[in-house]
Amino acid sequence: MSFQGSALLAILVLLGVFTAAPGLIWLERRLLGLWQDRYGPNRVGPFGIFQVIADMVKILTKEDWIPPFADRPVFVIAPGVIIFTVLMSFAVVPVAPGIGVVDLNVGLLFFLAMSSLGAYSVVLGGWSSNNKYSLLGGLRAASQMISYEVFMGLSLMGVVVMTGSFSMWDIVMAQQGMWNIVPQFFGFVVFLVAGVAEMHRLPFDIPEAESEIVAGFHSEYSGLKFGMFFVGEYLGMVVVAAITTTLFLGGWHGPWLPPIVWFGLKTFALVCFFILLRAGLPRPRFDQLMSYGWKVMLPLALANLLVTGAIVVL
Amino acid sequence: MTTDTRPATIVDTLTEKFGDNLRSVQPTTDQIPTVWIDRSALQPVLSFLKSEVEQPYRMLYDLTAIDEGSRQHPVQPGTDRFSVVYHLLSFDRNDDIRVKVGLPEADPTVATVRTIFPNADWYEREVFDMFGVRFDGHPHLQRILMPHTWEGYPLRKDHPARATEMPPFELPDERQDREMEAFKFNPEDWGMKRRSEDSDFIFLNLGPQHPGTHGVLRVILQLDGEEIVDAVPEIGFHHRGAEKMGERQSWHSYIPYTDRIDYLGGVMNNFPYVMAVEKLAGIDVPERAQVIRIMLAEFFRIASHLVWYGTFAQDVGALSPVFYMFNDRERIFTIIEAICGDRMHPNWFRIGGVADDLPEGWDKLVREFLDYMPARLKEYDSLVMKNHIFKGRTKGIGVYDTDTAIEWGVTGPGLRATGYEWDFRKTRPYSGYDQFEFDIPIAHNGDCYDRGIVRVEEMRQSLRIIEQCLNNMPSGPYKSSHKLTTPPNKDRTMHDIETLITHFLNVSWGPVIPPGEAFAAVEASKGNNGYYLVSDGSTMSYRTRIRAPSFPHIQMVPAISRGHTVADLLAILGSIDFVLADVDR
Repeated sequence: MSFQGSALLAILVLLGVFTAAPGLIWLERRLLGLWQDRYGPNRVGPFGIFQVIADMVKILTKEDWIPPFADRPVFVIAPGVIIFTVLMSFAVVPVAPGIGVVDLNVGLLFFLAMSSLGAYSVVLGGWSSNNKYSLLGGLRAASQMISYEVFMGLSLMGVVVMTGSFSMWDIVMAQQGMWNIVPQFFGFVVFLVAGVAEMHRLPFDIPEAESEIVAGFHSEYSGLKFGMFFVGEYLGMVVVAAITTTLFLGGWHGPWLPPIVWFGLKTFALVCFFILLRAGLPRPRFDQLMSYGWKVMLPLALANLLVTGAIVVL
Repeated sequence: MTTDTRPATIVDTLTEKFGDNLRSVQPTTDQIPTVWIDRSALQPVLSFLKSEVEQPYRMLYDLTAIDEGSRQHPVQPGTDRFSVVYHLLSFDRNDDIRVKVGLPEADPTVATVRTIFPNADWYEREVFDMFGVRFDGHPHLQRILMPHTWEGYPLRKDHPARATEMPPFELPDERQDREMEAFKFNPEDWGMKRRSEDSDFIFLNLGPQHPGTHGVLRVILQLDGEEIVDAVPEIGFHHRGAEKMGERQSWHSYIPYTDRIDYLGGVMNNFPYVMAVEKLAGIDVPERAQVIRIMLAEFFRIASHLVWYGTFAQDVGALSPVFYMFNDRERIFTIIEAICGDRMHPNWFRIGGVADDLPEGWDKLVREFLDYMPARLKEYDSLVMKNHIFKGRTKGIGVYDTDTAIEWGVTGPGLRATGYEWDFRKTRPYSGYDQFEFDIPIAHNGDCYDRGIVRVEEMRQSLRIIEQCLNNMPSGPYKSSHKLTTPPNKDRTMHDIETLITHFLNVSWGPVIPPGEAFAAVEASKGNNGYYLVSDGSTMSYRTRIRAPSFPHIQMVPAISRGHTVADLLAILGSIDFVLADVDR
């Protein structure tokens, strides 16, 4: 029995993802509170869980203001791009046997393409705001994109070489015996770093670095459009966690529990890890991130690919 | 008024060299050699003092002015309306000198000393702003603390001190437009170009509302991409006229205002003020009061450094440390509150002592804190100072050496981070600091990281001092029995009429402080915080000058941030540890 590819399933995944995002916002605030010796939202509803609903109502009903000096069409499109690309990325994620939107034979490439497109959202948002802080944020996003995209793709090629397929489903199947994190440990590390940079979260929240450039690329955004960037960021976190689970942590594989629970647990653990990163680390300068990307991550990814290739060929 | 009794060798040297231009030597209560010179001789005298004299006076410590217009006890030779005061500091001599120039009302002009001391730039602007004194040759002689549209010179005696003495404030549209227009930045005014050969510069207005400026500081940046070509800090948004208020509050009722100068420093601000008043009044503070003062001041040093520590980490993107450090600061405030009854602004020091004795059980609270804190500091080291990203962001950023620091009037941790050990608590021990064992931490690179290291180590030293206070708290009165002590001791008021009258007058009018002038400074958490008080023999100060450490520190920001990026600028600002209320007063 396979629901794969059915419209019903696509809608279910979409709904699941959209409820996950507000839940994540709550989770992040509570976890940060826990790790920072404070409470976090704990007043609205049980454990403060309705705080998210209140926030969403607030953000959705706010005046949707477009600054008169902004480049209107681009300004409106930019936040849509991030939501679109992130949601499309979910299409190729195999959640459990038979549960997933689509099995593309170029699934991995599709994900990479979507994540690259997502960067446009930030660059365009920063550019079209016609605000110097936003522009700086956009510039930083562009430089960050250039430096992480390259090694992000390369870090995954080891997995592809081992599996011999770009299909996410094939990759999960191939991990039946051993998770890719073991043979592809360096690939895993590089991809994780690239993933954090991809979703612009601390320590790589350089395009929006609050203490430096106010809110960076989305300084001028408010209301629903800001909400889209906001939710987009959280969804991006889920995507990266889900893809990492799929590619390196054996996807739905695991003993005793049903596959979908395993997938959820692994993704959840990664998300918590990302939140922990935010609680624990300061932010490098963007030129430091770039030189780190080109001088450390890229050679590491290349070496990993070469060694993997050599072993597979031999 | 006491007379200058020590062998005033520098005065002899000056008399020998500038005989005719040296008008007179003024005896001062604080024994700082004070000479009046002709205004034509100002530049030669200052440059002689800075570079030619043996053991030179290398730092322009303070530059201010006094409106002599309504003095009852004139001090200056002649009838000049204004006197401009140059306070120089010699590290080699561990001594100061005050050079005064009298200026007539009709032509209050004097040559700029910007070329001799770079930090004179802002000080001269401030004097111009407050007194209308003009400095010939100053390229940007414009208002610095008051709005550009302000009329009149606030610290002149004829300028009203209260809003009720002025017409009601109104802001019609055209005035608002005019005020907004005055904020516009014109790069050409500052000799900046809008474009270079191969690129257009961005002019970025950072502040006064910005998450990273720690208050209402405005910095206008000239950017090439994200690289800072030049920067112009603009201050004054936090100006509350603290110096003017000093002239209409009694000596006693001014103490709460001092609390709010460096609002993170709490009683550390009371300290130099009451010390200066006590110098003028000739009060000796009892030992117990001295030790209580030191203990509270060191608590506030830790509290202030904790705020700096957390926000500095936040400036470079670490979100969590600030919460831990504020929690620890809260513990300090619990102790402060138990002793003083208030937290941030306890207003606890009094002329001649402190407000009340230590409460029962204070030692237990202090002991608990001393047991708790060292482990936390160690944890913060691994969380912040040892973090690789943090090191990458702060090492080699905003570097200056000792000479540059002295040129710009930098004191405190900013000076010690360049490898120069200079701390008032050691070099000019006040309030009995010489009785304590502690080290002055220094670092050698003068970058953001080293300024941090110095402060972190200072917190440990402060804990040492507090521990010694705890173990050796002397017994005895917490307030002097001097008649100018305010509020005076009350135990004998009902026994003899003399004490009753003194008590009544001191409490109702406030104490009458004998004429004279005195300067007292402490090593505050941000640098040297000093009060220069001029008494004209009345219940109020004639001139209250606050030498705040943050003012010169902010002034040097452009000099140390050129060539860095915007992200670095925020690290630099964080590492300086300024408080805007301390800059603007």
